[in-house]
Amino acid sequence: MQGQPAAQGLYDPAYEHDACGIGFVAHIHGVRSRDVVDKSLELLRNLSHRSAVAADACTGDGAGILLQVPHAFLRRACGQAGIALPDAGSYGVGTVFLPARRAARAACERAVEAAVAEEGCAVLGWRDVPVDDSVLAGPTRRARPVIRQIFVARMGVGRDVDTNSLFEVTLYVIRRRIEAALRKIPDGSDCYVASFSSRTVVYKGMLRPDQLTRFYDDLRDGELESAIALVHSRFSTNTFPSWRLAHPYRFLCHNGEINALRGNLNWMRVREAIMSCSRFGDGLAALLPVCGEKQSDSASLDNVLELLTVAGRPLAHAMAMLIPEAWEGHTTMSSARRAFYAYHASLMEPWDGPAAVAFTDGRQVAAVLDRNGLRPARYVITTDDYVVLSSEAGALAIPVENVRAKGRLEPGKMLVVNTTQGRILDDEALKTEMALVRPYQRWVAEQRIDLEALINEGEAAAQAGSAHRERSEPLIVRQRAFGYTTDELKMVIAPMADAGEEPAGSMGNDTPLAVLSARPQLLSSYFRQLFAQVTNPAIDPIREQLVMSLAMNLGPQRNLLDETDEHAKQIRTTQPVLTERAISALRGVTDPELRAVTLPALFPVADGISGLEVAVDELCNAATHAVGAGCGVLVLSDRGMSAVEAPIPAALMVAAVHHHLIREGLRWRVSLVAETGEAREVSHLALLIAYGASAVHPYLALETVAAMARPEAAGDKPHGYAAQQRYVNALGKGLLKIMSKMGISTLQSYCGAQSWEAVGLNAALVDRHFAGTPSRVGGIGMDLIAEETLRRHRQAFENASTVTRLDPGGEYQYRVQGEHHNWNPMTIATLQHATRGDSYSTFKEFSRLANDETRRQSTLRGLLEFLERDPIPLDDVEPAAAITRRFVTGAMSFGSLGSEAHETLAIAMNRIGGRSNSGEGGEDPARFGTERNSAIKQVASARFGVTAEYLVNATELQIKISQGAKPGEGGQLPGHKVDAVIARTRHSTPGVTLISPPPHHDIYSIEDLAQLIYDLKAISPAAAVSVKLVAEAGVGTVAAGVAKARADLILISGDSGGTGASPLSSIMRAGIPWELGLAETQQTLVINGLRGRVRLQTDGQLKTGRDVVVAALLGADEFGFATAPLIVEGCVMMRKCHLNTCPVGIATQDPELRAKFAGQAEHVVNYFFFVAEEVRELMARLGFRTMNEMIGRTDLLRALRPSDHAKARTLDLSALLHLATPAARARGGRVVRRHVRSRQRRPDGVGALNKTLVELAKPALESGERVTATLSITNGDRAVGATLSGEIARRYGSAGLPDDTVSFHFAGAAGQSFGAFAAGGLSLELEGEANDYVGKGLSGGRLILRHPRRAQFIPDQTVLAGNTVLYGATSGEAYIAGVAGERFAVRNSGAIAVVEGVGDHGCEYMTGGTVVVLGRTGRNFAAGMSGGIAFVLDEFGELESRCNAAMVELTRVTTRSDRELLRRLVEQHARYTGSARAKRELGRWEVSQRHFFAVVPREYRQALERRADAAAAAAVPGAIMENARHA
Amino acid sequence: MRDPKGFLTLRRATPGRQAVEERLTHWGEFYCPVPEAAVRTQAARCMDCGVPFCQGDSGCPVRNIIPDWNDLVNRGEWREALESLHATNNFPELTGRLCPAPCESACVLGLVNEPVAIRHIEQTIADRGFAEGWVVPRPPRSASGFSVAVVGSGPAGLAAAQQLRRFGHAVVVFEKDERAGGLLRYGIPDFKLAKSVLELRLAQLEAEGVQFRTGIDVGEDLTASELRSEFDAVCVATGAGTARDLRVPGRDLTGIYLAMDFLTSQNRRLAGDARPGTGSEARDRRVVIIGGGDTGSDCAGTCLRQGARSVRQFELLPQPPIDRAASTPWPLWPMQLRTSHAHEEGCQREWSVATTAFSGENGRVQRIHAVRLERQVFADGSTDYEQLPETAFELEADLVLLAMGFAGPVKSRLLGDLSVELDGRGNVATDEAHRTGVPGVFAAGDAHRGASLIVWAIREGRDAADSIDHWLRSGRCS
Repeated sequence: MQGQPAAQGLYDPAYEHDACGIGFVAHIHGVRSRDVVDKSLELLRNLSHRSAVAADACTGDGAGILLQVPHAFLRRACGQAGIALPDAGSYGVGTVFLPARRAARAACERAVEAAVAEEGCAVLGWRDVPVDDSVLAGPTRRARPVIRQIFVARMGVGRDVDTNSLFEVTLYVIRRRIEAALRKIPDGSDCYVASFSSRTVVYKGMLRPDQLTRFYDDLRDGELESAIALVHSRFSTNTFPSWRLAHPYRFLCHNGEINALRGNLNWMRVREAIMSCSRFGDGLAALLPVCGEKQSDSASLDNVLELLTVAGRPLAHAMAMLIPEAWEGHTTMSSARRAFYAYHASLMEPWDGPAAVAFTDGRQVAAVLDRNGLRPARYVITTDDYVVLSSEAGALAIPVENVRAKGRLEPGKMLVVNTTQGRILDDEALKTEMALVRPYQRWVAEQRIDLEALINEGEAAAQAGSAHRERSEPLIVRQRAFGYTTDELKMVIAPMADAGEEPAGSMGNDTPLAVLSARPQLLSSYFRQLFAQVTNPAIDPIREQLVMSLAMNLGPQRNLLDETDEHAKQIRTTQPVLTERAISALRGVTDPELRAVTLPALFPVADGISGLEVAVDELCNAATHAVGAGCGVLVLSDRGMSAVEAPIPAALMVAAVHHHLIREGLRWRVSLVAETGEAREVSHLALLIAYGASAVHPYLALETVAAMARPEAAGDKPHGYAAQQRYVNALGKGLLKIMSKMGISTLQSYCGAQSWEAVGLNAALVDRHFAGTPSRVGGIGMDLIAEETLRRHRQAFENASTVTRLDPGGEYQYRVQGEHHNWNPMTIATLQHATRGDSYSTFKEFSRLANDETRRQSTLRGLLEFLERDPIPLDDVEPAAAITRRFVTGAMSFGSLGSEAHETLAIAMNRIGGRSNSGEGGEDPARFGTERNSAIKQVASARFGVTAEYLVNATELQIKISQGAKPGEGGQLPGHKVDAVIARTRHSTPGVTLISPPPHHDIYSIEDLAQLIYDLKAISPAAAVSVKLVAEAGVGTVAAGVAKARADLILISGDSGGTGASPLSSIMRAGIPWELGLAETQQTLVINGLRGRVRLQTDGQLKTGRDVVVAALLGADEFGFATAPLIVEGCVMMRKCHLNTCPVGIATQDPELRAKFAGQAEHVVNYFFFVAEEVRELMARLGFRTMNEMIGRTDLLRALRPSDHAKARTLDLSALLHLATPAARARGGRVVRRHVRSRQRRPDGVGALNKTLVELAKPALESGERVTATLSITNGDRAVGATLSGEIARRYGSAGLPDDTVSFHFAGAAGQSFGAFAAGGLSLELEGEANDYVGKGLSGGRLILRHPRRAQFIPDQTVLAGNTVLYGATSGEAYIAGVAGERFAVRNSGAIAVVEGVGDHGCEYMTGGTVVVLGRTGRNFAAGMSGGIAFVLDEFGELESRCNAAMVELTRVTTRSDRELLRRLVEQHARYTGSARAKRELGRWEVSQRHFFAVVPREYRQALERRADAAAAAAVPGAIMENARHA
Repeated sequence: MRDPKGFLTLRRATPGRQAVEERLTHWGEFYCPVPEAAVRTQAARCMDCGVPFCQGDSGCPVRNIIPDWNDLVNRGEWREALESLHATNNFPELTGRLCPAPCESACVLGLVNEPVAIRHIEQTIADRGFAEGWVVPRPPRSASGFSVAVVGSGPAGLAAAQQLRRFGHAVVVFEKDERAGGLLRYGIPDFKLAKSVLELRLAQLEAEGVQFRTGIDVGEDLTASELRSEFDAVCVATGAGTARDLRVPGRDLTGIYLAMDFLTSQNRRLAGDARPGTGSEARDRRVVIIGGGDTGSDCAGTCLRQGARSVRQFELLPQPPIDRAASTPWPLWPMQLRTSHAHEEGCQREWSVATTAFSGENGRVQRIHAVRLERQVFADGSTDYEQLPETAFELEADLVLLAMGFAGPVKSRLLGDLSVELDGRGNVATDEAHRTGVPGVFAAGDAHRGASLIVWAIREGRDAADSIDHWLRSGRCS
């Protein structure tokens, strides 16, 4: 069976991700039929575009189907095979994938049979599952498993329902025994049990959806019947999806990704130690571990769901434990339901991440959505009692007459079809029932202790002196021992204590990696945050706070397979940062099971370096003893640090004890709390929590804050109290930010999730104490960690009497006595002198300095050197102009840069044949077609100014997933920076704040990215599409997925890239160097055979020709530069971009400052030619005539082991230099290590329908004639209208054609992105239904959507359009006579829309335009909305509670002009769509209009008022209209 | 919190000087007092750069963390500011008066506006520290048991001595003159540095336990071997006392003096020293100063206060541009016209002038002969001077002061007896850690670096102290 290639170099199959399309078809009354199977297979085929194929263009990523055991069919088929099956339900079927080789297969079969016998069951026989493997591509065919079904009879039990459940338990136990047995035999890993049940059977494989039926003969058999069919098509990020990774698993199929997986798996292991269940008797141990190794997140989720269900929990109940809805901040949820969740939070942390899960036990079939609704799921209930659920509406064509009801799954909601009872349970009914099964409310009330309540009691009880006032060293000495610096106090701690926010910074991090720094580094500095990109979205923890939670439960866990009141006996905190009072309260808990015990985490200085390891072992043993003696909380404390005892680094003390207790099987009995002087910045706390701490008491940071606090800030509280509160708040917000970057919404899921990677720590250390953490280049171990700790300690205590200042630090701002920076006064000045004076010799001086900087062990590339080869004459090397074509400048928005600086770069890059990048702020159309045009147009999450015209004026369209300086972060351009020009370019209002969301709201998953790429190619077929990723462990696998999503170019950005504004902790602590990310990507793409079809680009502080050559050898085709050309333009690294005060007029909009801009395109041109010239010199030295020869030649690099640097010497860069080869050699055997294909092949191009539309519209395009046509449409027709819109924009610019010149009518279900970027003059009318992303980037067109006229359901309460409608729309109109999904009009900046109901997060981040909602809105309406206006018909008085009032105000519609506007829009809606709802409201308008609210952003109203004042004439609504149309 | 755009709205201001006629009547410092608020406003102009070039290679040699104390001053946290300043600079009250402030010419604000008035802020912090009594002795808590001799009590020696003492070593400073201070005491005119300022600092050093042995010419009064046997380490900080001379006809005439001799004698006079200097007074004389640098300017100011009839200053180089020359782009130390107080006070400058001879009667100089020059710049960047034909001229001059710079330390018996090597320029040769080839013998300041700025002297003293401390504590090998 073909599996994934082994881990090699930087590639590790553990990083694989997948996502997909899911669906089920079921008959409500459990009537089995062939029809259900057919329908589900048809549905599956119609989701094909959500899956992917491998580099061979034939092999699918996986497809499968789960059915009820088809008794009639099997009885016949088995009969033919000589197996006599007993009655339905009294035998089990196992579908087994077996190795092809006979001996191995026999061994596996024996193992299977032995396990059956052990449980006292009888093997009825084996049946070969007939397959047609001619549908498979060669390599896949050779690797396919032999697929057999085993039939097992139950013995000696009765026939009632309960015993059938017990039989399922038996079959489960058998399967687990088989899996355990297979682990022990050779080739056992090639055997896989796809299903083993008396109720369900799975057919799946490494197939395309259309191949599934052709492959399995069974699936074509007319007798094959089922009342339930679950289907799945897979999109994997690699090209080796193994057979076993196809869905469905035994219970579920899943679209999405579990971000908290590492923690979930660890906690499952923790809980295994105390699991027991009478159903398994003593045999439970044999079933462990619950989750297998080396399997996907979905497979693990399946394992746990299965366990919970088999052990006796109802199916839906079990799922509600795993994927709870966002209940913490849900004010209107019933208390019983809240108690249900609160209770289960004591048992299980959420399996958090985007998820649409369809699941079944063979009797009930159900689906659930994650708490934030990040995946689509639409369902139909038919008049003939079918329920069809799918990732896309219309995937199964159902005549409208047959539709009884339609709907979409909402965030956190569940839908259950109980086929034995013949009923559908909606979320409300289901959960109401669930919550009352046991007295959860009472249990929680009686058992749970709230820490906050304890704190308040403690305060009331008027403490007798302070609890914890031991004598300690002076503050400054302790600060120095923990490495506090002036820099940190000033740049990090003080701003947090002053403003309650994490401080922002700008530009990139140009300091050495911790392992290369000459200064003693905290252990935490060796860790970098992981973050979500492409395969899962980051979250906006501010605007989408309702899904976030910092709450934690402390205390022992209990048997997961049981439910008692005692399970709730834990201490609850609302947030994990403990103040002095909080930890005192915690220590005051007297209950013996929750009692806190403090363990000192120190080591004797006198013991020297070896003392640390001993102390860590002793600490672990002490933890074991403490747990044995009974306690619920272990406080690991370095508070006793003194002249003779040094602290164990905080991350080490927590992680070591955490993993030790896991290994000992004791972890479930306690929670860990870190009491440490080390933690002071957000990332420090996040790291401790990610490695197992439930709470942190950063006592020294709190003391520091108090000491810094000005007396006047103290108020009536104790000195510094208010400042400490602000600091604690800032830490909390920062933690939310870090979690949300990883796509994790609850701290409970983040705890132990280990979503960090180590750079510079050795395997022995990581494997022992940080097990499971990626660390790919080796590095220091316990001894050097101890050495650095002792060095700090010595420096603190030796001159304790004379030193009055902290070390300057110099990490955030250059300090000559501080940390090293690559951009320093010398390098900056020399580069400026060289390029301004056009002096190559001065440039060489710069280059020498810069390369020395990097060699002085500050970057990984500094540790690489070129092997000597036979040189060639310089003249033989391709000319510099051939090299500069490979150069691009980084994405810097107009907005972050002033227009002068921005255009200077564009001019320079156009002159040298390279490409400049618009950045995410749009571009002034006056630049299109001129030398000032940016060749690369960026498409970022906010879609500012992303119009049809913008998109067709690019040679490259870059989808920015992440940014090196702030991966997983959004951004914010404060209103005061938004002047008239920026507002125009970004299609917004001057003075109004602009928010960039952390994720693209149309990319929550890999297949979504494929869709966006499709959309962009549809509108701008000539442009290459690139995807910008940031280096992190696993980026290579993501890149492989991106390549399969048909990107043309992949950019791997290093962590050191710059920014105009970002939280400092993101600049400093997220992402890894490009060297690692690039090498991993190169290796992964080569292994996958995908390298040739994409260009690979890298950036991140590239400066010199040497940097370029190293990047090329590591695999880059192209090279990005940003900071260096800015410095050439005059940047002096003020790091003040975020303050708009750039004194050299670059990163500012202030006209006075911009006047000081002195950069010239000539200087930039000089720079790039200097770099190219230097590249040529190196190429000559290395004997390369062309760059192409050089790309990917890691064999010409050698790693240095500098003898004068103890830490750098420990690095092992061999993984970086691994020369990968394809796992499956293509014919001819040529290994492709660079881009060879000029464009991606696009088999489906822009879609047939799009081509038809362009053809039909020719008379309009060419001569402006009116064109109308009526066409049918299916969910496979995607981005309909985009190609025509591109043509319109190319010819007619942003104005488009005159209104209604082209008008198309469609009937059917539209695929995703219907009407994307629709240009002016284009009207698209749809009768039927639409999927996600309707009107994405709408650019002047008109969209009209309505339900079919013959619909039986209530149209204004039925979903008509999917999620994320009108995302980034800039102008145009949309009339939707039905309900739309989540995030309606997200980031709309100018379109007008009327809709009859919307899901959660409606009008999120909207900056302009007008939205009318004639119906209900979901929660979090208008979050982050800074412009435009929304009129909402609030019949039920719900809006106020559902509106996020942070930025907007609700008023009645009172002004005449507003009333007129509203009425006009509703009338238009009625006219265009024929909406009955609109007509009804208009019919009683005087009453109706009183029920409307106007939702207007405060800032926007003020801006309009200012404008109105200035104009002194125009009325506000007039201005709104104007803004909506032309903004 | 300071206004992040303060640099745009606030204008640079430095203290006013007394009117010329007033300040020429006395020998004291002549800057007008500035209100605290005004200094805080000046500090608010600091942009708190991400890369503060004031700290960079072209900036402050003692590595003052200028943005930090600018911020503290702006907030009015003077004592904190003083601590920050003292952490890098032992004698800010001296550098605040005497440093030419390369930090200001490297100041980023100088790119687009006038730089921050760093030097005056520094001086204000230091003076306030003394006035408030915040400058207190910081003696070491414990003694190391090692002893170090510092030879020379100029800024390098004093900085080394203070640092070494604070590290816990027994420190003796030797000074050949009768009072400590070196160039600070004898070379700098009182109107630039009131000697009371120096005394306050010396008092702190003494209180910290630094011993001064003045009037001892080490090498003569105390032999090198005695020194070596008495101390664990020696730091040579004897300055660069060898003045450049002008070997032209008539040099032997009376009335021609080395600038430093002239300045020293005035300082001694003012201090009421027993040993009057060799220099003459300039009263009613027509003075020509040869050499256009700071020493020349000090001479000019001194002459004018002594009542000279006229003061002229000759410079070989052509007049530099008013603004920064293109050849020295920011942040480099700019070649540009610098006008000192003395030029306000009436000293006239002659550029591109070479002195060819002196003449006079009765063995006394009366006339100076000179010729105008043209500077030639060659393709390789080197330069030369050509005398322009028919530009010879002469001027009446009855006092000529030679202020043409220095050529390394005086080749004293001490250096010979210590057996230290000299480098190509005649300075004491050391490695990067200020170690001479002789174990235990270190060198710092002008003696090592050649004549330079006071900030460099302090930096050298501090670095040498670090090195000596490290050497002593790490077992004194090599």
